[in-house]
Amino acid sequence: MAEVLVVTSGKGGVGKTTSTAALGAALAQAGQRVVVVDFDVGLRNLDLVMGAERRVVYDLINVVQGDANLNQALIRDKRVDTLCLLPASQTRDKDNLTQDGVDRVMDQLRGMFDWVICDSPAGIERGATLAMRHANVAVVVTNPEVSSVRDSDRIIGLLDSKTLRAESGGRIEKHLLLTRYDTVRAERGDMLKVDDVLEILSIPLLGIVPESPEVLRASNLGTPVTLSDATSAPARAYSDAARRLMGQAVPMNVPSDKKGLLGKFFSRRAA
Amino acid sequence: MMTETLPSRKAVRLRGRSFLALVLSPELPFRDWLAQLDDLARRSTGFFLGRPIVLDVAGLAITREQLADLLAELTKRNVRVMGIEGALPSILGPGMPPEMKGGRAAADIEAPDTADMAPAAKAQAESATAARFAPPPVAASLVIDQPVRSGQSIIFPEGDVTVLGSVASGAEVIAGGSIHIYGALRGRALAGSAGNPSARIFCRKLEAELIAIDGLYKTAEDLDPKTLGQPVHVWLDDTVLKTAVLGN
Repeated sequence: MAEVLVVTSGKGGVGKTTSTAALGAALAQAGQRVVVVDFDVGLRNLDLVMGAERRVVYDLINVVQGDANLNQALIRDKRVDTLCLLPASQTRDKDNLTQDGVDRVMDQLRGMFDWVICDSPAGIERGATLAMRHANVAVVVTNPEVSSVRDSDRIIGLLDSKTLRAESGGRIEKHLLLTRYDTVRAERGDMLKVDDVLEILSIPLLGIVPESPEVLRASNLGTPVTLSDATSAPARAYSDAARRLMGQAVPMNVPSDKKGLLGKFFSRRAA
Repeated sequence: MMTETLPSRKAVRLRGRSFLALVLSPELPFRDWLAQLDDLARRSTGFFLGRPIVLDVAGLAITREQLADLLAELTKRNVRVMGIEGALPSILGPGMPPEMKGGRAAADIEAPDTADMAPAAKAQAESATAARFAPPPVAASLVIDQPVRSGQSIIFPEGDVTVLGSVASGAEVIAGGSIHIYGALRGRALAGSAGNPSARIFCRKLEAELIAIDGLYKTAEDLDPKTLGQPVHVWLDDTVLKTAVLGN
């Protein structure tokens, strides 16, 4: 049975879409069949980050409303052939996402892929709750900064109450992905440290993605960062995170581009 | 029956006195129970007239709306409820009869066949009062075995709340009794919310946005900086909210 993973954060601009694309591409490179689904109806971005914006014909809303079938809407990636994108609509709004329609689409996707990765919109409204509804795994993307941490805490509360898993009495597996982390600034006290964030959110750590110009460069090129330069620090961080999602034990560290900081090793293990 | 007289010099005299009231214990579904009550009232006209009635709803899983409906139905039947026993504070709304506590059991009163049997029943009940004290009520408590997340609100007017984890910034815990937090308190904790000045707050690490006992509150700004980040105990000394570091 497919894993349904939601990438969520509450706060906007912390790296949900970047992380969705990077994790999706890394999982697909490892041979998994992956679909990334953009739930940000009206403000779609995932197609741009995936470099598929010129190939969108039908979108999630068309499928939900029955105007197109899934095979017409799914866009196969040109670089990794086990990776697909289901884009959102830019012209419609979130009210067009009906619960029944989303239920139906998710059921179909579960039968076709190993991983269904839902890119949640920011906020805690309809789009975000529908994106997390079917998930059994959640990746909570957080920046080392107080407002992002508090919003993530709010989202974790919703994951524990508003998902189908939670409603049927089960627990959803939650992982923290700390993005835009700067070791030097955290040591200086300008940013929250990894331990501070973990202590507040008390969920297991999936990975630490360092702040890097490579992320923005890859986004603008329309390439998931794990595909653009697999040796860059953020790419290694995302690849490690993807391997941890697949259940492998990978030692936790903060990958770095700078020499001399490679020794910064955190001997923490992902749960 | 006079139970207590407070000594007074010349001012207002306050005295306690206990009375015998009829206790009605409704059963679910209320519709059937009300039908039985109607039947009883038909057999003995005026049985409830002028009698103090206490409604015992202990053990009934009902909402505030259901209780309000029941009270309205009883009023229609000229049954005047002077108090409610055994109700969770959360289902008692404004305008409802007050909560009754510390009732002592008396003998059951036989439902009369005719109205004029009532005085006899009353006498029998009074003699049987025999001051048999009911066991003291068990204090209610609520245990939350996970962190309280931002935006979540734990409201428990019935008693104490214990949290095995942290209370996040933007979360709140409101308890009728004391609050125990085995983690960091970063949000709000309001103890003794139903008017209980002896309620207290304990937490393993104080980083609260607001603490309050019985309506007296302090925001983060007013907290003693020495207590911040420490295991702390909060209590009410007369009308002053006091904090102290635990284990010193």
